[in-house]
Amino acid sequence: MKTFNYHSAKDVKEASKLASSNSAFLAGGMTTIPSMKLGLASYKDIIDIKRIKKLTGIKVSGKTVTIGATTKHSEVASSKDVKKAIPSLAALAEGIGDPQVRNRGTIGGSIANNDPAADYPSACIALNATIHTNNRSIDAEKFFRGMFETCLKSTEVIETIEFSIPEKSSYQKLPNPASRYAIIGVYVAKHKTGINVGVTGAKSCVYNDKDLAGALTKNFSSSAIDSVKISSSGMNSDIHASSDYRANMVKAFTKKAVDAC
Amino acid sequence: MASLVGSRVERKEDKRFLTGKGRYTSDINIANQTYAIFIRSPHARAKIKKIDTSKALKSSGVVDILTGEHIAQDKIGGLIAGWAIRSEDGSEMKCPANPPLAKDSVNFVGDPIAVVFAETLDEARAAAELVKVDYKVLKAVSNLGEAMNSEAIHDGIDKNLCYDWLLGDRQKTNEAFDKADKIIKLDIVNNRLIPNAMEPRACVIDYNTASEEITCYTTSQNPHLSRLIMSAFGGVAPENKLRVVAPDVGGGFGSKINLYNEEIVCSWASKKIERPIKWVAERTESFLTDTHGRDHITHAELAVTNDGKFLGFKNETIANLGAYARVFGTVTPTYLFGPCATGVYIMPAAYSNVKAVYTNTAPVDAYRGAGRPEATYTIERIVDKAAMELGMDPIEIRMKNFPTEFPFKQTLVHQIDSGDYVAGLNKAKEMADYDGFAVRKKESESKGKLRGIGVTSYFEACGIAPSPVVMMLGCGVGLWESAEVRFNPTGQVTVYTGSHSHGQSHQTTFAQIAADELGVPIENIDVVHGDTDKGTFGMGTYGSRSLTVGGIAIVNACKKIVNKGKRIAAKMLEASPDEIDFKNGEFVVAKSNKKKTIGEVAFASYLPGVRDEVKSPLPEGDEPGLIESSFFDPANFSFPAGSHICEVEIDPETGHVKLDKYTAVDDFGTIVNPLIVEGQVHGGLAQGIGQALYENAQYDDSGQLITASYMDYTMPRADDLPDFNLGFTCTKATTNPLGVKGCGEAGTIAATPTVMNAVINALGGKEISLPATAEKVWKACKEMKKSNAKAA
Repeated sequence: MKTFNYHSAKDVKEASKLASSNSAFLAGGMTTIPSMKLGLASYKDIIDIKRIKKLTGIKVSGKTVTIGATTKHSEVASSKDVKKAIPSLAALAEGIGDPQVRNRGTIGGSIANNDPAADYPSACIALNATIHTNNRSIDAEKFFRGMFETCLKSTEVIETIEFSIPEKSSYQKLPNPASRYAIIGVYVAKHKTGINVGVTGAKSCVYNDKDLAGALTKNFSSSAIDSVKISSSGMNSDIHASSDYRANMVKAFTKKAVDAC
Repeated sequence: MASLVGSRVERKEDKRFLTGKGRYTSDINIANQTYAIFIRSPHARAKIKKIDTSKALKSSGVVDILTGEHIAQDKIGGLIAGWAIRSEDGSEMKCPANPPLAKDSVNFVGDPIAVVFAETLDEARAAAELVKVDYKVLKAVSNLGEAMNSEAIHDGIDKNLCYDWLLGDRQKTNEAFDKADKIIKLDIVNNRLIPNAMEPRACVIDYNTASEEITCYTTSQNPHLSRLIMSAFGGVAPENKLRVVAPDVGGGFGSKINLYNEEIVCSWASKKIERPIKWVAERTESFLTDTHGRDHITHAELAVTNDGKFLGFKNETIANLGAYARVFGTVTPTYLFGPCATGVYIMPAAYSNVKAVYTNTAPVDAYRGAGRPEATYTIERIVDKAAMELGMDPIEIRMKNFPTEFPFKQTLVHQIDSGDYVAGLNKAKEMADYDGFAVRKKESESKGKLRGIGVTSYFEACGIAPSPVVMMLGCGVGLWESAEVRFNPTGQVTVYTGSHSHGQSHQTTFAQIAADELGVPIENIDVVHGDTDKGTFGMGTYGSRSLTVGGIAIVNACKKIVNKGKRIAAKMLEASPDEIDFKNGEFVVAKSNKKKTIGEVAFASYLPGVRDEVKSPLPEGDEPGLIESSFFDPANFSFPAGSHICEVEIDPETGHVKLDKYTAVDDFGTIVNPLIVEGQVHGGLAQGIGQALYENAQYDDSGQLITASYMDYTMPRADDLPDFNLGFTCTKATTNPLGVKGCGEAGTIAATPTVMNAVINALGGKEISLPATAEKVWKACKEMKKSNAKAA
């Protein structure tokens, strides 16, 4: 690991001020630290935001669940409020990585990293999330831009993620047998305003599958998507799953999710 | 005193391991030590044009940087193949030189070419990045199937062929095939595995400039063997100036049998730089450079009659050796594989032909089971296929071909001393509720799932020993084992063994057998292993040999202690040695019931005289003390056997295979500690199941290992596995006084075919290759659905 400057920011303002194009915010460090150890990433400044109290915690209002950026996966998984308001979101958190990862990793870190196989981005898409940063509020559909890419600026700090509480929802994932990241993760959510099918793992970036959502809008049952054709073009392919398999699994796991709603 | 053999004694090791007090190689630090980082080839095959260390040598904290040139200058020898295997035409096998640091060419990704020693690990790492190596990259041979038709990777080794070996009689086998009603054919790939010991390899070297002794702490399954090779072939130091210590070792599974480049290089370099050296592998280095396992391509044929009798068996295999032939590399796909390929059956004629080839991949060597899992997979898959093609029940066809009389002369090599295969399979059938399968299958179908059942019957040849036999087969050393048993004057016992425990629980098992032999409480017995300065000598632990060979050496040393004790007790009790019985730790004169405890006798043996109340003159001809040693070389291998049955449930929508039930019935002869044996079976099963469903080491066309981390290489995990249903039968081994057979590898040997037979059964007999990953199974389900639709 190369040498770097470590800062522990006392508030968001300080964190943002310290940040540059050659810095990284550190929360759980579940991706940043291994990347640095493997020499895949190096930074001049590491800005620790764990001590900023404002960034952690869970609030449920009538229509939304708002989660602070440095809230750990284990906290979301075990939150009675989340379990009651959006049980599928708590279940998603419970299925991330392993206990060690869940006790360190944070929701803000996960979505800022935007790993194409991460779980949380699909929740953001399916649950019409708004990502609140220190200077704006961004719709999830606009937030995720590409592989490991978001619209965040280097000095921008995610403060909270606000999820809409759906009528029904379920997240179903086919884990990679080795890493247990999602080969495919499908988050189906039925809102009063419409249906979203957030898909992770399949392509270079999470997306809302409009064809599946459309079919489900007409008829919210697993048989409704039988006739939907899912193309394998643009799907990821690796030693664990070909693009053809992934395309088929998007459908299979959407069905599972609908059945579980 | 009740016998301890057979009881579930809790492990003496547990307190140390469970409270974090284990002492592993990387826990050892020596004042003034330097840190080593190896520079490794990023290419699978290349010529080294130039190594420029000038910039790196000036880097902060660097003590020295050494390359293959330095190794050659100092005439340090390389790594060796431990077994000389001859080809069918009588020619000797062909092995390339394998210098500890490559000088002219590199042959796999990870092949070490230079080493940096620095004051800190970070400094060593930073300097390593400054070493400039100029390579001429050559086309890699990474595909096993094409290796014999590819350019030779080592000079003078045509077709990349190490040997073309034959065991058995081709002509007789062909004649048997001529009489067959049906010939079953099977093509299989035995997938390549990475052993993945939890503790990565490491070594810490301490050279004493005054005594000129080198102490090498290392992660080895056999420290004496490492010392022998390092001294006799490496020329690092004479054996008396080389101490090899393998302290607690976190798993080996065969990958730590070998002496590796790093131990030779660091031992040699410690003397050269006159500083202690510490090297600990990173996980990526373990993936790249630990010896791998399996990796065969096999075509097998089984000749059968219409009523399911076996007439003959053919096995044509190409085995991957990787880039170099290592200690057990050449014997694993031959004598450890070929003889067992006819399985547990009466097979009137058979042959095994194995072509071992070199490729630009990590060396392949013994991995838990070593040859026998590959053999058992081959025969048990083809037997199942035969049952299917003949419309027979898989249990029926096996029963029909079992030998029922023992000793049983197995077709190709082994004389199996004892066994009862019928009893084992019957017990497994009952424990697995085989007859209830049809009902469970229906239940699964009602949920849209497919259910399959798989059966395997196996025997294996382990307790790898008899020196005269293994030497005849090409082994470069004798495979006996030694032990020394020492009484202290105050009555405690220390047992020194040449076996090495890296998860096998010898401290407990060996103490149990010594406690029984000597009548001493187990608390008063310590077992010492893993240090060439302490134990007499040792050939180490692999091939399920610790108890059957090393354990018996302990028994025999204890018997010598008792014999000497009888003479001393006789003198003390004024009787003749013939009148003394030894029982429960007491020497008793039968007619007078006068007695001395073994503790009193041990005390007396160290006080050979008369003074006041001490009256313990030694018998004439005996020397003081109560210390005995033994070298045991059994008359044969040991032959555990058993039958395993499992059930899987498949989700045809996703291809996910759920291992639902697993029953294992094994015959390990006498069981010393059921608790430990069950643990060994559990671990073995997990690794066998891993091969069947998850693990698969893969290289791309350029020879890059694409499964070089846990992100890509799938290990079996606890939540993948069901509760194991274990049972035992017992026919004692006749070749050792305890009647024990090896148990460490059986689970791995039996589990892979058991699981695959179940998967293929669920798929209606459709063949799929190892491992049965979700996508492969899903594809098979889809094809099955199509062909069923057509049929309807």
